[in-house]
Amino acid sequence: MPLTETPTLTVRSLLVWGLLAGLVGGLLAFGFASVFGEPAVERAIALEESAGGHSHGGDGHSHAEEPTEEPADEPVSRAFQATGGLGIGAVAYGLGLGGLFGIAFAFAYGRVGRLTPRATALALAGFGYVAVVLVPFLTYPANPPAVGQAGTIEERTALYFAMIAVSVVAAVLAGAATTRLTPRLGGWPAGVLAAVGYVVVVTAVAKLLPSYREVPDGFPGDLLWEFRIASLGTSAVLWAGIGVVFAVLLHRGTARR
Amino acid sequence: MTHAVATPLPVRIPIREILPYAVFVGVLSLLVMYFVSTEQGAVALFDGTTVHELVHDARHLLGFPCH
Repeated sequence: MPLTETPTLTVRSLLVWGLLAGLVGGLLAFGFASVFGEPAVERAIALEESAGGHSHGGDGHSHAEEPTEEPADEPVSRAFQATGGLGIGAVAYGLGLGGLFGIAFAFAYGRVGRLTPRATALALAGFGYVAVVLVPFLTYPANPPAVGQAGTIEERTALYFAMIAVSVVAAVLAGAATTRLTPRLGGWPAGVLAAVGYVVVVTAVAKLLPSYREVPDGFPGDLLWEFRIASLGTSAVLWAGIGVVFAVLLHRGTARR
Repeated sequence: MTHAVATPLPVRIPIREILPYAVFVGVLSLLVMYFVSTEQGAVALFDGTTVHELVHDARHLLGFPCH
């Protein structure tokens, strides 16, 4: 064994790398969403307004719990919503997610499997995307403007977050089960068994939860598809950006020459 | 001599070292993500629609129920 200066991994540096990765991931997601998501959002808003639904940026939303809310001046113009607003939202969300990612890595590293630091970071991003984004999306798909009843927003939001919670807890348990079963069954069988367990649990829960059919009659199917794929893509870019940038920073920070 | 492999061994960071960061970052991050994903939608801490309108497109495209 060559003698090297043992790279010490501190939570502080993991947090810094997570935040930087989140910043970059948020900016990349903003770019992707601008190019691939905004056209679908604009088309949906045009349909919504021509159908006499609530307007955007113009005079505020009509909300279930704010029936009297009707400001005359627009709080945020539609043009800014699609650019600055989208950027602020994506970067703020990215920073938050990046911070959580750094902390999750601190817990996962050395506890789940024997992957290298970079591989651990990428695996965490991949599994995180599946558990936090993909499975909840398959249960309650993202909806463009004009889709979704104002009256059910509270239930739909609560159920969406509940599905994220179920999926994340099931994924963490599956990870713990893999570690626990590996000495007895071997890595592959343990991993496959835990993955099957995760899929069975989230599928059963998704089936039991109520579903909502709120796409208005005549809403173009291709537009719904375009929006939903753009939504999955935006999150994929965010998570991939965080995973890759975090892995690079981690590698540079730990493998000093 | 140079060595090709400099992969650090997986050394666990003790939980007690992670915990304060986890709690603090958890609270802050979730608060920020709440404002992007939910505020002035299903739940509102502040009156009005400014926050909702500002992050409107990001909220839709990140997959959260918006309205």
